[in-house]
Amino acid sequence: MSVEAKAPAPPLELREVRGPSATGGGSRRFFELLWLISATEFKKSFHCTAFGYIWSLVRPLMLFGVLLVVFTRIFRFNVPNYPVLLLFNLVVFGLFQEGTGSAVGSVLAQEGIVRKTQFPRLVIPLSSVMVALFTMGLNLIAVFGFILAYGVDPRWTWLLLPVILLLVFVITCAASLLLSALNVRFRDIAIIWTVAATVLMYGTPIIYPITILESSFLKDVLLGNPLTLIFEQARAWIIDPTAPGAVTVAGGWLNMLPAAVIYVLTCVLGVWVFKREAPKIAERL
Amino acid sequence: MAVETTQDGPATPRGRDFDAEPVVIEARGVTKSFRLPVNKISSLKEQITTFSRPDYRELHALRDVSFEIRRGEFFGIVGRNGSGKSTLLKVLASIYAADSGRVRMAGRLAPFIELGVGFNPELTARENVELNGVMMGLERRQARSRLGAVLEFAELEEFVDMKLKNYSSGMLVRLAFSVMIQSDAEILLIDEVLAVGDAAFQQKCADVFHEMRDSERTVILVTHDMGAVEHYCHRAMLLHDGEVRGMGDPGEVARKYLRLNFESAPSSGEDSLGEVADIVVEDAWLEDADGQRATNVEKGEELRFCAELEAKRDVEGPTFGFTFANPDGVEVMGFGVPLGDLPERVAAGQRIQIRSKVENRLAPGRYVVRCWIHRNRNISDIVLYSPHILDFVVFGKDEAGVAFFETEVEFELKGGEGR
Repeated sequence: MSVEAKAPAPPLELREVRGPSATGGGSRRFFELLWLISATEFKKSFHCTAFGYIWSLVRPLMLFGVLLVVFTRIFRFNVPNYPVLLLFNLVVFGLFQEGTGSAVGSVLAQEGIVRKTQFPRLVIPLSSVMVALFTMGLNLIAVFGFILAYGVDPRWTWLLLPVILLLVFVITCAASLLLSALNVRFRDIAIIWTVAATVLMYGTPIIYPITILESSFLKDVLLGNPLTLIFEQARAWIIDPTAPGAVTVAGGWLNMLPAAVIYVLTCVLGVWVFKREAPKIAERL
Repeated sequence: MAVETTQDGPATPRGRDFDAEPVVIEARGVTKSFRLPVNKISSLKEQITTFSRPDYRELHALRDVSFEIRRGEFFGIVGRNGSGKSTLLKVLASIYAADSGRVRMAGRLAPFIELGVGFNPELTARENVELNGVMMGLERRQARSRLGAVLEFAELEEFVDMKLKNYSSGMLVRLAFSVMIQSDAEILLIDEVLAVGDAAFQQKCADVFHEMRDSERTVILVTHDMGAVEHYCHRAMLLHDGEVRGMGDPGEVARKYLRLNFESAPSSGEDSLGEVADIVVEDAWLEDADGQRATNVEKGEELRFCAELEAKRDVEGPTFGFTFANPDGVEVMGFGVPLGDLPERVAAGQRIQIRSKVENRLAPGRYVVRCWIHRNRNISDIVLYSPHILDFVVFGKDEAGVAFFETEVEFELKGGEGR
């Protein structure tokens, strides 16, 4: 190195270091990380199993089998296309159930990454949801095979399926953010959630259509659940064109308001809480 | 002005002038404290059943820390455990948010707080290198193209498709280190990772650090190892109780650090931190049998180590000690100047020459000579501790152990026919 004084190099542009955040480090890095982690986690879940992907179908199929026997042989539901409705609902609800279920403890489980690397925190719960999304995607292919085999004819409303999936996906993400962030503060959120998720499964018309309920307080409560309307609309669009659809079930647009408000609130709350907690997560772990 | 020195020379100002380089990291008044609950509440039940507000203990990890680092600098951060250096690192790395003050930075920063964090044991080296690259902010294509270089440095080409959980810990560490040095971030943030791998790999790492020191890359190294600080850093900063207690020449900072560590010992009152040591090492070298200076010595040969010191002030009852440490940091041997030969005092301006001769029983490898000078015949009263006044290589056939001894071995078979 030369000893003579060099002409000072021009000062570099300095950017502020703002500390950790939910998405820190640029959007390209965020999406690449999200994709890479979700994809590897998804692959991992099939690794070293003899039947691989089959297993992700077996669980909903088993549940499906049991419920089918219970509700067609024991309780004798008279619902058109009930078996495929049940199967479809179970698989789509699986996105919410598995997504939130694995996301709730995800931030805590990834302690090492959070505390020792510069890592966009949002990627952690979202990759859990992505894995559930991939699983559901694969399962849906099989489900549509069943639907066709059962004799339901394809209709143009099938093209609206992405709307249904998007609505479920978004609320799954929001709930995952909320739960995973809160779980860092209160470790019993994860335990509570396993119970709450089960309650929610029966509190959503998954194994029964809401149309079998008489008008009652219970029905009003169920109608406040945004998932109820989503699944009722899916039933009309995908499984049974004679089913009433969300608006009719709710009894008019105005009655859909509570569910819509709850939906939006969950999303806002999830994002807000996660954003607020994200910078502090590393210290709380 | 900067002074030219040889690469392996004693700790003096390094041969680069950074005044002309642009600032890449600027910290202004960074303050961070943690509220540590006396009883930590981590469940809802406790939150509900605890009526009184929980008591907090405020822990000031960083108080008003300011510094600037210029491009190409190898900057050391030293301090005792709990001095706040890891917190500072995490603030720089965007893992913690500072309470007040601001940090500004130019260029991409790759933090290595711990080797191999973020590795997924279920994935292969190939996948992990890609993942790690993306985490460091590379595009996937770039991350993949690094793979060859990473594996080559780590010497793990054959294991590219093996899952990390099947790696030995040594292999893992090599991979992690290799990923770190191959990340082409402009700024590297490294926390105590120098002592990794076997001797051969350590030598390789040492070479890499030397290279980094002379490159455009900015490196921030957090460590306890004063040898490393003096050896690699252009400049260093001493943190104590979250405050900056010293900044500048690595040798000086290392000395202050050691003073702080011995703070409880009675020290000579007027000696304040930050001044030049009362006795300094002017030169240290090896000689061969003909009295010529040598940079390495063969196993089994005579090892002649010499040093020349100069007293900057009067020192009463000085004692001198030297130790030879191998790459693992083990002080394999050491010697002191016999008490009988030592003067009652050395006066300012006096020069001291020390010559030693010993049969070289050191195992082959790189050695570092450390020097200790005390006063008043009291080993807790340090005048100078220099962890790196010279390094040299012992060459020859490698055998087991850190040192070798001529051994007489008898071998005999006894008893029955065998099978």
